[in-house]
Amino acid sequence: MSGFEIVFSGRPIPVRPGQTIGAALHAAGIRSWRTTRINGRPRGLFCGIGVCFDCLLTVNGEPNVRACLTVARPGDEVTTS
Amino acid sequence: MKYDLIVIGAGPAGMAAAGTAARGGLRVALVDSAAQLGGQFHRQPPPELGGGNVRDDPTHERLGRDQSIEQAIQAPAPRRDFLRLRDRLTGVDLHLGCRVWAVEPSFAVHHDGGTLTGERLLIATGAHDRVVPFPGWDLPGVMTAGGAQALLKGNLVVAGRRIAVAGTGPFLLPVAAGLAAAGARVVGVFEAARQMGALARYPAKLAEGAGYAATLARYRVPYHRGQAVVAAHGADELAKVTVAKIDDGWRAIRTREIECDALAVGYGFVPQLDLPVQLGCATTRDSDGSAIVAVDDQMRTSITGVHAAGETTGVGGAELAELDGIIAGHSITGTPLPDGVRRRRERARAFARLLHEVFPVRDGWRDRLRADTIVCRCEEVPYQAICDAQALGAVDTRSLKLLARPGMGWCQGRMCGYAVARLAGEDPPPPRRPIAQPISLQNLAAYPLRSTNDDA
Amino acid sequence: MPDVVVIGAGVVGAACAYYAARAGLSVTVVDQGAVAGGTTGAGEGNVLVSDKEPGPELDLASLSAGLWSDLAAEVGGFEYEPKGGLVVAETPEVLTALTGLAAKQESSGVRAEVVTPEEYEPNIARGLAGGVYYPQDAQVQPMLAAARLLHASGAQIRTGVRVTGFTRSGDRITGVRTDEGDLPAGAVVNAAGTWAGDIAALAGLPLPVLPRRGFILVTEPLPEPLIHHKVYTAAYVTNVASEDEGLETSAVVEGTPSGPVLIGASRERVGYDRTVSYPVLARLAEQAVALFPALATRKVIRAYCGFRPYCPDHLPVIGPDPRAPGLYHATGHEGAGIGLAPATGLLISRVVTGYSGQPGRPIKSGANGRSGPAESGGQLDLDLFPFRPERFT
Repeated sequence: MSGFEIVFSGRPIPVRPGQTIGAALHAAGIRSWRTTRINGRPRGLFCGIGVCFDCLLTVNGEPNVRACLTVARPGDEVTTS
Repeated sequence: MKYDLIVIGAGPAGMAAAGTAARGGLRVALVDSAAQLGGQFHRQPPPELGGGNVRDDPTHERLGRDQSIEQAIQAPAPRRDFLRLRDRLTGVDLHLGCRVWAVEPSFAVHHDGGTLTGERLLIATGAHDRVVPFPGWDLPGVMTAGGAQALLKGNLVVAGRRIAVAGTGPFLLPVAAGLAAAGARVVGVFEAARQMGALARYPAKLAEGAGYAATLARYRVPYHRGQAVVAAHGADELAKVTVAKIDDGWRAIRTREIECDALAVGYGFVPQLDLPVQLGCATTRDSDGSAIVAVDDQMRTSITGVHAAGETTGVGGAELAELDGIIAGHSITGTPLPDGVRRRRERARAFARLLHEVFPVRDGWRDRLRADTIVCRCEEVPYQAICDAQALGAVDTRSLKLLARPGMGWCQGRMCGYAVARLAGEDPPPPRRPIAQPISLQNLAAYPLRSTNDDA
Repeated sequence: MPDVVVIGAGVVGAACAYYAARAGLSVTVVDQGAVAGGTTGAGEGNVLVSDKEPGPELDLASLSAGLWSDLAAEVGGFEYEPKGGLVVAETPEVLTALTGLAAKQESSGVRAEVVTPEEYEPNIARGLAGGVYYPQDAQVQPMLAAARLLHASGAQIRTGVRVTGFTRSGDRITGVRTDEGDLPAGAVVNAAGTWAGDIAALAGLPLPVLPRRGFILVTEPLPEPLIHHKVYTAAYVTNVASEDEGLETSAVVEGTPSGPVLIGASRERVGYDRTVSYPVLARLAEQAVALFPALATRKVIRAYCGFRPYCPDHLPVIGPDPRAPGLYHATGHEGAGIGLAPATGLLISRVVTGYSGQPGRPIKSGANGRSGPAESGGQLDLDLFPFRPERFT
């Protein structure tokens, strides 16, 4: 299976099949995709294994999805949570 | 249909136990939140990324002119011990990608896709990185060592271009070696421990370490003992770290700054006890103070029908976990233990205790905290708020949580729990998390419909 | 020697310490655990007048609601939110009962308006028969409230100290024995919540305070408030007053300043069993979604239980114990302890400093529903007779 793209806030992101959304964003040089609700600080991957919930984002309208656990599918629309 | 045995966690302990029990004739379900077998140590990339292909050491191809590192990284060959564990799972029902949020007595295992029931249960939910706060640790680019490793092993993505690896423990070696071999520039490994001579008593382990050391040497990665990353800097992303020489109590002596765009940091591991605590399994303390499940020499917990194996019974690495799993599997099936397993396990357990001695976490990390340093990442609780709560009468982990909110957020204290407990002057209490994974209200409301019929 | 030893560093003990100190007394507070470590630490922080039938408890609640508002100004730092409560009825029959109750409450000085629920809560389920809005209902963060009151009292706080008995001179209580030595005191206040019966037993006194378990679900923090008031179904009122030993649940839903939504309420008499009952959690979830359909896809990240200290007649125990002079009780508030704490503390400070236990003048209900200070003639703010400890002998 060859690569495909997902869309992050309007921007196409290349994905190697099987990668998580968090990994694809990271590989594309996007390392933060959320701001915290109190201090507005940027956050991205931290624990990388589904424990810390820092990497939450919205996938195809579903909020608060863990980017580090969610395997990217062709055409996924991803926005900040 | 009720399984004879449900194994939760498909790392080395769970895989070994499930395989052993299945070969003993039991109907076994193996459940894991990840989509692939292996757990953290034997993490495999998905088949689409080339997982399962047999190739040489983890490596990257010579970079093409327009090729990024990520496009070039190839899936490494699975280790032989992983393949052996996998091949023994014939007949085991795999329930992968299932996140267990609750376990009930006699025994219902509720996950985000339904409920499994079983006569017996084996809990092998492993551990996650232990982290301590320091200024700037919430900047993007700072990751746990396990997180950087998962990104690489599971996704073939390196955490950054210039990476610092810091913390304490033998796990830093494979992380740094893997990142270097995959093409990242590892600017250094900063190991807080200083004295490691005692490890020489275990030649096989020493040889394993030497292998990683050789890799680090090949990629000119310096390995510094008695040093720590004490601060991370950057506007919106990590740009550099402050590294310090530290004394035996971990107080900083002399600092310097190193530019890097990623930091992989880990101070050992925290056993994941959510499910055994839900069941009421008795807990005890590992020699490093961690709360662990209490088990007897058959890996039986205090609750009849529940075994535990691997890191939940004490952090000690993949080999110990696998041996735990084999012993648990034979205990469950009532079959005799192969020769030498118990002896090897005792030796692996002794080595694990030695690692806790050689790679302790000292409370000196607290000296790095400034008033505005975030302690709880989820609720963004600064160190000052912890001090204020203490001034208001918070005397332990729980009252700190009630008065200042650390541990109340999304991760439920998994990240800050160790630090908050140490700030309260105690070892972390066993976690009470009746909801082990977030679950939507509508799915929770549907619980009775999916509940087990046969344990009424 | 302190004038007063308060047993219990929960919100009731904290309020007793605060008002005693304000009356000029020196106070020591002892607790076997930590500050707010018992029922207070598991509370939602309800300050309600809406859920009480007219009678002594409602009088106490009305007095207390006004005191919380004063404390928010005097002490502060505990997220006091005078957000109002909305009680909804699913059927016309229940609505008739609810509006009937509201009319009776109004004659006791409670403000209540019959309203269309969706005008107050845009996200509430459609098709409800109606609702009543209670502007005096409020919420505090109970752990912070207890800690702030204790801090403001200047009392000496001794946590991790277990009371093992009393020192006496004849019948009179002259102090407490603890595992860290004796503490002589002019007066001892038993504010030990669900454990208050055990404390009374140390003095040889029967005090039937028992635990009634409740679970709370906590959702993920919501970016925008979905729920603006404290919202509950009218069934809650009957459940609170029920004699049933079995499980009762009714939807009680509210947002918090820190983002998560809190979902209750369940009531069970199961002793101190902390075993999580998933069927109960499921019922709480189901009822919350029925009330606020938009919650369906929101995630629960936490659940916990607590134990309400209840008495067989569902009234608290407040006042001097004539069987043991020098001993005062302030307990048995069931699920209303946060709300009733200030009034309880104020009344205890009054009787400790020599106010008469006889009926005083009625509560003065001003425009904001507050009572005035009872400085005239040493009379109590309200009649403690219904709360007297010796009613169980």
